[in-house]
Amino acid sequence: MATEGLHENETLASLKGEAESLKGRLEEERAKLHDVELHQVAERVEALGQFVMKTRRTLKGHGNKVLCMDWCKDKRRIVSSSQDGKVIVWDSFTTNKEHAVTMPCTWVMACAYAPSGCAIACGGLDNKCSVYPLTFDKNENMAAKKKSVAMHTNYLSACSFTNSDMQILTASGDGTCALWDVESGQLLQSFHGHGADVLCLDLAPSETGNTFVSGGCDKKAMVWDMRSGQCIQSFETHESDINSVRYYPSGDAFASGSDDATCRLYDLRADREVAIYSKESIIFGASSVDFSLSGRLLFGGYNDYTINVWDVLKGSRVSILFGHENRVSTLRVSPDGTAFCSGSWDHTLRIWA
Amino acid sequence: WLQGNMAQDLTEKELLKMELDQLKKEVKNERQMVSKTGKELKEYIESMAAEDPLLKGVPEDKNPFKEKGGCIIS
Repeated sequence: MATEGLHENETLASLKGEAESLKGRLEEERAKLHDVELHQVAERVEALGQFVMKTRRTLKGHGNKVLCMDWCKDKRRIVSSSQDGKVIVWDSFTTNKEHAVTMPCTWVMACAYAPSGCAIACGGLDNKCSVYPLTFDKNENMAAKKKSVAMHTNYLSACSFTNSDMQILTASGDGTCALWDVESGQLLQSFHGHGADVLCLDLAPSETGNTFVSGGCDKKAMVWDMRSGQCIQSFETHESDINSVRYYPSGDAFASGSDDATCRLYDLRADREVAIYSKESIIFGASSVDFSLSGRLLFGGYNDYTINVWDVLKGSRVSILFGHENRVSTLRVSPDGTAFCSGSWDHTLRIWA
Repeated sequence: WLQGNMAQDLTEKELLKMELDQLKKEVKNERQMVSKTGKELKEYIESMAAEDPLLKGVPEDKNPFKEKGGCIIS
């Protein structure tokens, strides 16, 4: 019995050794193609001028921290979810609340708008992702039509409809991502590979095919093939949890935001990190990132209550936006790129343009 | 039904094996030079920049968020 224990330890040590050596080899292979830095490629690109971006709307109504938000394809409606269990649908032009539902759990960490605009999905500490059809019938109770779709064994951290109302992709504290059929609740594919909680995901733009990227507490960003369930590429350069991942508009790269106070850009075809967006003065984690329409600007919401705007090509910060009175927890650019919305622990959402 | 290999249920050894299998696959991935791919990232931006409202700015009267008020038909 004693020898069994010894054998177990040796195997663990040799596995660790093998992993380290493979990581070394992977780094070597990647380094062979690292012939220039991104900002060098962009040397002759015109520098950006001054930006004037202000809060144009403030959405007030949540009773506690806003944790997540998503835009409707109509470029004006927004769904947001909060620690107090409420999920609200807003008209961002008028700031009116159009729908509200109270979830049976607190910490609704994830919410998403269906592509049709006719439903929303949400979940959190209930370990589920549920879909609510949106109805304008005043006599109908939104909660009555609730449909439980996804079931995880730990909290739901992120969810997104695929390119139709029929399928939902989820990420969870149980370390997995999963693809579900909305109508039947059936699990279509599961994605295993993260070594800890998965905190975020983003689907590749539809033109680029069936992949998505996820980020987690294991400091890894992983790119997955939705059909096979296989991980295609993974990146481990962050020094702490990855809170947010977002594809570059062309689908050839993605950005990440992390508790290590940096945002990074990963080029999928070069298979490496190609930019780090950081400053010595920025010491709080980045909770959420998104690109402007062309991909030139990267907006990052941070735990120090600010939003930093980065020049993606040159790697420099072009603007810092103040306004929120607590952590920025969620941030998304509108579908046509005319504005972006941020949500905060200060209970509000702000629209910036 | 999630096949029992969630991170929270795996032993350290099983997690390492999973990681090793993944690394072995990835070492074999095809890669391109950053000088080529970076150039393409830059070119994409340049092709889209003129239509990027947050980058170029939009006149006050064209952006629905820039002006509150206007006509409200009750």
